Amino acid sequence: MANNILVFIEQRNGVIKKSSFEAAKAAADISGKLGGTVEAVTIGDGIENLEKIGAYGIPKVSHLKNNELANYSASAYTELISKFSNDGGFDIIFFAATSMGRDLAPRVSVKVDAGLAVDCTALNVEGGEIIATRPVYAGKAMAEIKITSAKKVFALRPNVFNPGTPSDQSAEIVTVTVDSPDLRVRVTDVKKSDGKLDVAEADIIVAGGRGMKGPENFHLVEELARLLNAASGASRAVVDAGWRPHGEQVGQTGKTVSPNLYIALGISGAIQHLAGMRSSKYIVAVNKDKDAPIFQIADYGIVGDLFEVMPVLIEEVKKIKS
Amino acid sequence: MKIAVCVSHVPDTAAKINIGSNGTSIDQTGVTFVVNPYDEFGIEEALKTKEKLGGETVAISLGGDANKETLRKSLAMGIDNAVLLKDDSYRDSLSVAKALAEEIKVQGSELVFFGKQSVDFDNSIVGQLTAELLGFNCVSVVVSFTIDGNKIICEREIEGGKEVVETTLPAVITSQKGLNEPRYASLKGIMAAKKKEIIEKTPASVPNYVELIALKKPAAKQPGKIIGTDSSAVPELVRLLREEAKVI
Ligand SMILES: Cc1cc2nc3c(=O)[nH]c(=O)nc-3n(C[C@H](O)[C@H](O)[C@H](O)COP(=O)(O)OP(=O)(O)OC[C@H]3O[C@@H](n4cnc5c(N)ncnc54)[C@H](O)[C@@H]3O)c2cc1C
Ligand SMILES: Nc1ncnc2c1ncn2[C@@H]1O[C@H](COP(=O)(O)O)[C@@H](O)[C@H]1O
Repeated sequence: MANNILVFIEQRNGVIKKSSFEAAKAAADISGKLGGTVEAVTIGDGIENLEKIGAYGIPKVSHLKNNELANYSASAYTELISKFSNDGGFDIIFFAATSMGRDLAPRVSVKVDAGLAVDCTALNVEGGEIIATRPVYAGKAMAEIKITSAKKVFALRPNVFNPGTPSDQSAEIVTVTVDSPDLRVRVTDVKKSDGKLDVAEADIIVAGGRGMKGPENFHLVEELARLLNAASGASRAVVDAGWRPHGEQVGQTGKTVSPNLYIALGISGAIQHLAGMRSSKYIVAVNKDKDAPIFQIADYGIVGDLFEVMPVLIEEVKKIKS
Repeated sequence: MKIAVCVSHVPDTAAKINIGSNGTSIDQTGVTFVVNPYDEFGIEEALKTKEKLGGETVAISLGGDANKETLRKSLAMGIDNAVLLKDDSYRDSLSVAKALAEEIKVQGSELVFFGKQSVDFDNSIVGQLTAELLGFNCVSVVVSFTIDGNKIICEREIEGGKEVVETTLPAVITSQKGLNEPRYASLKGIMAAKKKEIIEKTPASVPNYVELIALKKPAAKQPGKIIGTDSSAVPELVRLLREEAKVI
C-alpha cells in the first residue's frame, strides 16, 4: 500500500495558521515512518511566507489561487482539495481540526472515499499502520482508532502536536490558477470579535467564573489577559448570566481548548467546564473553596479570595513583563 | 417545506464515564441518557422554520430502542413524526451518515438540522458527511439562521469571530449553542407524543471505515500544589510559572 500524504494548509487573511504548521510537522513525521511522499496544498489569494512550510519538513506546496477564494467556501475548497488529492494519487490527507478543518475534512473524506479520524491528539505508527488517539466523552475517555479503508483523512487537534524548531528549508511553491470555483456555499463577510484573541487559539487563557461576582469585575481578567498576551475565557455560569459573550465559554457546550497555561479564577471546575480545558498543559486555580474540583486538576493552586490575589498577580506579572 | 432533524441519544454531560468490560464501550450502569444538547437547538430551529414557512417536520435517530426516548422528547417539543433507524451495533460516523442520508431521501426533506456535535464521541462530523453524501449544501456550527425563499444566510462560529455564510436549499445546518433557546415540552405536547407512533426501520448495513480498537481512561493527573492561601503566594506562583512550567 502506498502512503503518499497530502497536508492542507489553512490561511486566513493570507496568513498561515499555526495549527497548519503543527499538522505539517506531524505529517512529515508520519511520512518518515511510513515511507512515501509528503506535500502540501493551500487555497486562497495572496498568501504570505508560503515557503516556510518547508521548515516543517514539507518540500513542496501547491497554491490553488483565485481572488474569490481568499475567504473560505466549503463547496469550492472541498471540490478543489478532493480533486487535487485524487489527481495526485494521495492516500492520506491531514488537516488541522480548526473550525475550517472540521468543516472540510468530513466533506473531503466523502469525496475521496476515505475513513476519517478528527480531533486526534496522538498518532502512532504500529506495524505500518497509523493508530490515532482522540478524546471522547468530553475527555473522560480516550479512544484508540484505526482507519481501515484504503484512503484516510486525519484532522489534528490544534495546540497538541509540537511543530518543533523550524529548519532553514524552504518549500517549492507551485501556483495553480483556479477558474470559476464552485461557490454554492460561500463566506460573504467575517465579523471579528474586536481584534481579541480567541480562546481556541491562545497559548494562555485567563478565565473567570461566578466567583468574579459581577461583569464589572472582569476588567481584572482582561487586564491580566492583556499583560500575558492571553485570551479571556469564561465559565458557562457567567455566559448564561450575560456577563460575558458566548464566544468566551470554555467547556462541553463551549470551546475545547489546550493552551499552555489556563488560569481559572473563581471557577468551581464542574465536570462540563473541565471537559473543555482539562488538556491544558498547565492549570492554575484561584478559588476560596479548598474543596472546589478545579484543584483536582490544577498544577498550582491558591486557596483564597481572588479579589485579594488578583491585584497582586497583575502587579507581579507587570514586573516580569517590563 | 419538509424539514428533518437528526437527533442522537447520549450520556448526560454530568455522567461519570467508566469503560465497560469489553474495552470498547462504556459501562452504562448508573448513566442517564438524554437528547444530545446540541440537537435541541436543531429541534427548535426546525420548529421555528416550520412555524414560519409551514410544512412538516421529522426527527430521525439511529440507535437502539433507548433512542425512542429522545425521539419521544422531540415529538413532545412539537416535531410531527419520528423515525428510529434501529441498529445496536457499532457504526462509525460515515456509516451512521449513510443511513441518515438514505432516510432523508425517503422523507424528501430539503432542509435538515443536526447538532454541531454529539457529546458521546464528540466527532462533530455526521452533519457534514450526510450533506456531502446527499449533495446538499452545508453550513456547520451555526449560531444564526435565516431563510428567504431558496436563500439561506447563516452565521457560523470560527476562531475569533463569525463567518457570514450564504447558500441555498437543499441544505444541512449543524446547530451551535446561541442559535436559539430550545422550548420546553408542554404538558399537552408530552401527552400527544405518548400517543404518536415511532416508525421503526432497519438501516442497510454498510462496512465501517474506522475501527474502534479500545477505549481507555485518560492518564490521571498528579494532584497539584497548593501554594498558599492569599496574595503572599503570588510571587512563588509567578516563579513556578516562569522557572518550572516555563509558560510565562
Ligand atoms: C448540558 C450542560 C452543559 C454545560 N456546559 C458547560 C460549559 O461548556 N462550560 C461551563 O463552564 N459549564 C458548563 N455547564 C455548567 C456547569 O455544570 C457549571 O454550572 C458551571 O461551569 C459553573 O460555573 P462557575 O464555576 O463559574 O460557577 P460556580 O460553580 O458557582 O463556581 C464559582 C466558584 O467561585 C468560587 N468563589 C466565589 N467567590 C470567590 C472569591 N471571592 N474568590 C475566589 N473564589 C471564589 C466558589 O468557591 C466557586 O467554586 C454545563 C452544564 C450542563 C448541564
Ligand atoms: N446515531 C445518530 N442518529 C441520529 N443523528 C445522529 C446520530 N449520530 C450523530 N447524529 C447527528 O449528527 C450530529 C453530529 O454528531 P457527531 O458527528 O457524532 O458529533 C449530532 O448532533 C446529531 O444531530
